[in-house]
Amino acid sequence: MTAVPEAPAATQTLVGIQGVSRRFGDVTALDDVTLDIRQGEFFALLGPSGCGKTTLLRILAGFETPDSGTVTLDGADLLARPAHRRPVNLMFQSYALFPHMTVARNVAYGLEREGLPRAEVRSRVAEVLGTVGLTTQAGRRPDQLSGGQRQRVALARAIVKRPRLLLLDEPLSALDKKVRAEMQLELKRLQHEVGITFVVVTHDQEEAMSLADRIAVLDSGRVQQVDAPVRLYERPSTPFVAGFIGANNLFEGTAAGGGLSVPGLGTLPAAGGLAAGTPALLGVRPESVRLGDTGDLRGVVADVSFYGGLSHIAVRVAGHDRPVLVAEQGPSRVHAGARVGLGWSAADAVLIAR
Amino acid sequence: MRRPGLLYVPFWATYVFLYTPIVVLVVMSFNAGDSPYTFEGASLKWYGELAGDATVRQGLVNTLIVAAGSTVLSTVLGTLLAVGMARYSRSRLLDAFGLLPAVLPDLVLAIALLVFYAAVQMTLGLHSVIMAHVVFGMAFVAAVVRTRLSHADTSLEEASRDLGATPLATFTRITLPTLAPGIVAGALLAFTLSIDEFVIAFFTAAPTEPTLPIVIYSMVRFGVTPEINALATILLAVSFTVVIVAQRMTRLTESFR
Ligand SMILES: Nc1ncnc2c1ncn2[C@@H]1O[C@H](COP(=O)(O)OP(=O)(O)OP(=O)(O)O)[C@@H](O)[C@H]1O
Ligand SMILES: [Mg+2]
Repeated sequence: MTAVPEAPAATQTLVGIQGVSRRFGDVTALDDVTLDIRQGEFFALLGPSGCGKTTLLRILAGFETPDSGTVTLDGADLLARPAHRRPVNLMFQSYALFPHMTVARNVAYGLEREGLPRAEVRSRVAEVLGTVGLTTQAGRRPDQLSGGQRQRVALARAIVKRPRLLLLDEPLSALDKKVRAEMQLELKRLQHEVGITFVVVTHDQEEAMSLADRIAVLDSGRVQQVDAPVRLYERPSTPFVAGFIGANNLFEGTAAGGGLSVPGLGTLPAAGGLAAGTPALLGVRPESVRLGDTGDLRGVVADVSFYGGLSHIAVRVAGHDRPVLVAEQGPSRVHAGARVGLGWSAADAVLIAR
Repeated sequence: MRRPGLLYVPFWATYVFLYTPIVVLVVMSFNAGDSPYTFEGASLKWYGELAGDATVRQGLVNTLIVAAGSTVLSTVLGTLLAVGMARYSRSRLLDAFGLLPAVLPDLVLAIALLVFYAAVQMTLGLHSVIMAHVVFGMAFVAAVVRTRLSHADTSLEEASRDLGATPLATFTRITLPTLAPGIVAGALLAFTLSIDEFVIAFFTAAPTEPTLPIVIYSMVRFGVTPEINALATILLAVSFTVVIVAQRMTRLTESFR
């Protein structure tokens, strides 16, 4: 289900997760998860709420033990080490700031535990507070901060330790768009400069796409696909990923020569090596669909919405229960009610076995 | 909006019922006459008498020793008990047994302790009272700290360990400070309970080392004198001070959060 050919790996594996499962009562939070996280990479975990992302991070940080499976760091067993001896830091989804300490003391806490000289602690705290833009808030307590500021304190507290592996659980979710973009750049910069390996959980697909070197998509505790963002977008390998990542037009049918045969719609063009007769799903992105007078499908424009740079056009096609989405550059040339033809080139559509 | 004045009647009635005797007691303590019931002019005469009364002074010193000693022990043990119960016990029964001394009738506890002391052939003295007070004081501290713990955020301790703190450092730097308001409240509770505890002290104290409540009890047996009123007034002042200090301190530690 997972393995899709990847770019040849020049980098070595930092974290090896092998067959990890974790159950809570009758909830399976993680189901036989196998992942390799490479040295120095920016790895994103993407998936719907409750799919086990936090549980996986907590296992890496040392606050959960898997029911089965192994985790190695640099080839050595990680699970055998207690949380406070792991070169791993977790930024908690709930922030978990120490309420009785100021922002500066919160950030200094981890460095002080290492027994670093005071002067170094002070300069590193000042530096990281500058990075997250909280220098003027250094003397405040967490309850005197806004939600976004708290989140940045939690981020600062985790990155100041410069661990081998940095786990961030929804690190930017509470920030407004502008600060968020700044922080994204900052994370990228940190990763390049300090060479920390990042594992970031995010709900925001665009964030994952723009930041990550590779993305793992999880669903109900299972790894669906691990790939570079572009491949994940262009070549989803499971029906879940095809439906979860980005907007997609999906058709169900059976593979046929040169495409997918859909009852009532005929054969739709797609490239793919599925044996004829295999039950399959065809996915084609809205921006790959062409609007014209003729095409493989015919329908009626149901709705046109203009988003500045591009327009989304929903076309109702008889025999298909959901409208087909088309994205076009600039304002649309068609209007609701118009009869149109839809088409795409076989190379732009993927076939996925069901 | 007009407030329904009638609603305040039970409220004021309660206050009057509660405080009239106390006001009478305080006023009477400044009585110049010998009768504890009729006021014959103001004076500090009885406070003077009190100051000169060696038995009362001894009782007060004993009570303070017992209260201080048992408070310190109760606070330390009660806090550890609460943390231990919350972390390492899944048994509700064990929890209930830990807190039982707080609700056990004093008389039962007193007799049980006396029998126990006799069985291990321990001599009675202030130490035996301290130990007895620790038994229930600890349960009260544990109950208060336990409540605080159940509202505490366990992710704080995880964050501490994540940042490289050993379990001990996590306990002293994160767990204890977040529990501080509960610990302070528990300690003050143990202190005030110990100060005026009579039944258990009566059973477990040596006759030569009575605590203040026992001294008062033996004085009252020969009739209430205005001297007792003066003593009660002083105790009242002490209790009020403790309550006010407690409120101040919890507000102070509360602002930590
Ligand atoms: N300590 C626990 N006890 C019981 N169930 C748990 C526990 N921790 C997690 N779960 C369950 O395991 C599943 C996965 O939880 P997890 O927190 O890993 O999800 P998540 O992917 O981080 O979700 P979100 O995006 O909402 O944060 C959920 O169904 C959750 O209810
Ligand atoms: Mg989560």
